Amino acid sequence: MQTIFRKALGRPRRGRAGRGLGGQPPTLLDLAEGEQGILDRLELPEDVARRLMELGFVPGHRVVAARSAPGGDPRVYRVDGSEIALRRDTAEHLKLRP
Amino acid sequence: MNECHECGPCAVAERAAGVFAIIGPPNSGKSTLFNRLTGLRQKVANYPGITVEQRLGRARLGDGREVTLIDLPGVYSLTPRSEDEQVAHDVLTGRMKDLPRPDAVLLILDATNLGRHLMTAAPILALGLPTLLVLNMADDLKSRGGEVDVEALSHQLGAPVVLTSATRGEGLEAVLDFLGGDFGHELPHIDRALLNDIPRCRQWAAHVGHRAAYQAPSPPRWTQRLDAVFLHPVAGPLIFLAVVVGVFQTIFSGARPLMDGLQALINWSGGRVAAVLPDSPLRSLVIDGVWSGVGAVVVFLPQILLLFLFIGLLEDSGYLARAALIADRTMARVGLQGKSFIPLVSAYACAVPAILATRTIENKRDRIATILVAPLMTCSARLPVYTLIIAAFLPERPLAGPLLGTRAAALLGLYALGFAAAVLTARVLKSSILKSERAAFLLEMPPYRWPTLASLGLRLFDRAKIFLRRAGTIILGVAIVLWVLAHLPLKDGQAPPIEQSLAGMLGRAVEPVIKPLGFNWKIGVGLITSLAAREVIVGTLGTIYGIEGDASSAGLQQAVRRDLTPAGAVALLIFFAFAMQCMSTIAVVRRETGGWKWPAVQFAYLGVLAYVGAFLAHQLVARGL
Repeated sequence: MQTIFRKALGRPRRGRAGRGLGGQPPTLLDLAEGEQGILDRLELPEDVARRLMELGFVPGHRVVAARSAPGGDPRVYRVDGSEIALRRDTAEHLKLRP
Repeated sequence: MNECHECGPCAVAERAAGVFAIIGPPNSGKSTLFNRLTGLRQKVANYPGITVEQRLGRARLGDGREVTLIDLPGVYSLTPRSEDEQVAHDVLTGRMKDLPRPDAVLLILDATNLGRHLMTAAPILALGLPTLLVLNMADDLKSRGGEVDVEALSHQLGAPVVLTSATRGEGLEAVLDFLGGDFGHELPHIDRALLNDIPRCRQWAAHVGHRAAYQAPSPPRWTQRLDAVFLHPVAGPLIFLAVVVGVFQTIFSGARPLMDGLQALINWSGGRVAAVLPDSPLRSLVIDGVWSGVGAVVVFLPQILLLFLFIGLLEDSGYLARAALIADRTMARVGLQGKSFIPLVSAYACAVPAILATRTIENKRDRIATILVAPLMTCSARLPVYTLIIAAFLPERPLAGPLLGTRAAALLGLYALGFAAAVLTARVLKSSILKSERAAFLLEMPPYRWPTLASLGLRLFDRAKIFLRRAGTIILGVAIVLWVLAHLPLKDGQAPPIEQSLAGMLGRAVEPVIKPLGFNWKIGVGLITSLAAREVIVGTLGTIYGIEGDASSAGLQQAVRRDLTPAGAVALLIFFAFAMQCMSTIAVVRRETGGWKWPAVQFAYLGVLAYVGAFLAHQLVARGL
């Protein structure tokens, strides 16, 4: 029981949308296929963040997780009328509103 | 680089009544509209010296006047972060050398996604140039239940607005009216403070859309249904594989009847010409030199067009973006970003446009790495060489029923070899001299669309033009020079036996170097001439055997079989898989990297790879592997 608890703490981003564990806000990675969340902020270098916003990832917008490549990476997200594919290591820096 | 010949951009600009730039985000249907407006009046140059980054074309107005259109690369913004954004920025602000500042702008946006597209259009509207806003894909908007009030939108932006469907050719008259009309008195107005604040800019776009009674359409259901299949964890990769195998089998066997027909036509016409000309050195030059040399290459036209048809289908339908998604993990493993995948796939057609396509890669080191490995991808110029050698040495046998034969499998193997070499080299480069952080992978998945005949036809027409122009210039030139070299020095007024001619001496001079690879002096002559372009070797062998008295394609295959052992044939294939024998590529790499350093590095490493690879292959096969 204790080990399970520790495991959950050790990997805080495993929860589903809106249930970020360990005080961490949820990210796009926490969305399973078909789930949605509201984008809160982009914790990325400015030029990457800008490009993502130009593609529709503007804070306050709704993001829906869609299909992914085989193996789950990259995943397609539906945002602002378009479908954009992101790798996991980018998606984890896009934080959702808790 | 922009020469002022007939094809130079300035020549086009001078002749026409006005210059207009077409700009818009990727996937807005910009190029389709450009093709619709200009039809066959385009200048697409793709040979040494002249490689335009913007396509230029002329559109004919209702009253018969002609205007010049510049097709700019699809960009998400005008902040010059990548090379293509820099180009768009420079053209619009009149800073591009040899191009006049455009009189007005055609701003193409996707009507089905007005909010986001309007946001990316803000910096272009802020330039204050006379602008026509073209809301494209109006048919999609309507069929999926969306609406927009064009008048109100025009009022909001201070620019005229038209609805079009470029794929169906609807609404084009309004665009032509604008091009011929008086557009100076209405200029777009926009608060410049918006430009640096994207969230605010998006709010502005939403506000404008709201005022124009914009009703977004429902999501494209077919795209979601198709993605459920094409991106299925099991079915997806299998379909990907089936598509690749199917393409190769069709390229090999499907083009056969057309190629046989073309060969018969070339032989027949050669025979007719020979019958008219008197027996003279001229007849020998025309028949043995030109007809067999150029003919040997022209025969491959159907095969190359078939390849481009497939690439066009994959691109226009939207499947290529899904393929990039499926392939991204492989690309990530070698340290390249997914964005490199699209240039690398287009390198299957030709390395020159592929190297231009790397301009979308923002990271400099990633871009150089992609440029350096692009020539390893099997370009269409290798197809004639591969086909000739495979057909000469490998008997056709079914491997998997009618689905895959031995020859198509061999061809597929060579393409896979090129891809593996590109990927491994990229890995080495990215972990040594071109180390950089992993860049973000952002790829828009366009909705699936039916490819249109007009767009596919235009691609094939362009490609046929480029291929035939090369045959009429480089290959023709080499054939004539080679014929002369093969007939000199005269001995008692007679041409010497070809071994003792200048061409023969040249070949024998390099023979010691290439002997360990299993090549004789004739192949040596072919290797020298193929430095200009890979397919020239086929023309060269055609000319040499033409002079020796063996011309037709079947004759060429037999002649090659006499001159090469099977081990030598494998070595030749390996050599061509790796070596950088293409002047156009060297020229474009020099220009894109701004110096001789990278093309020199590239030529050297690919040369070493080709020589060592061919040597090892020859040794292995000759010792009865």
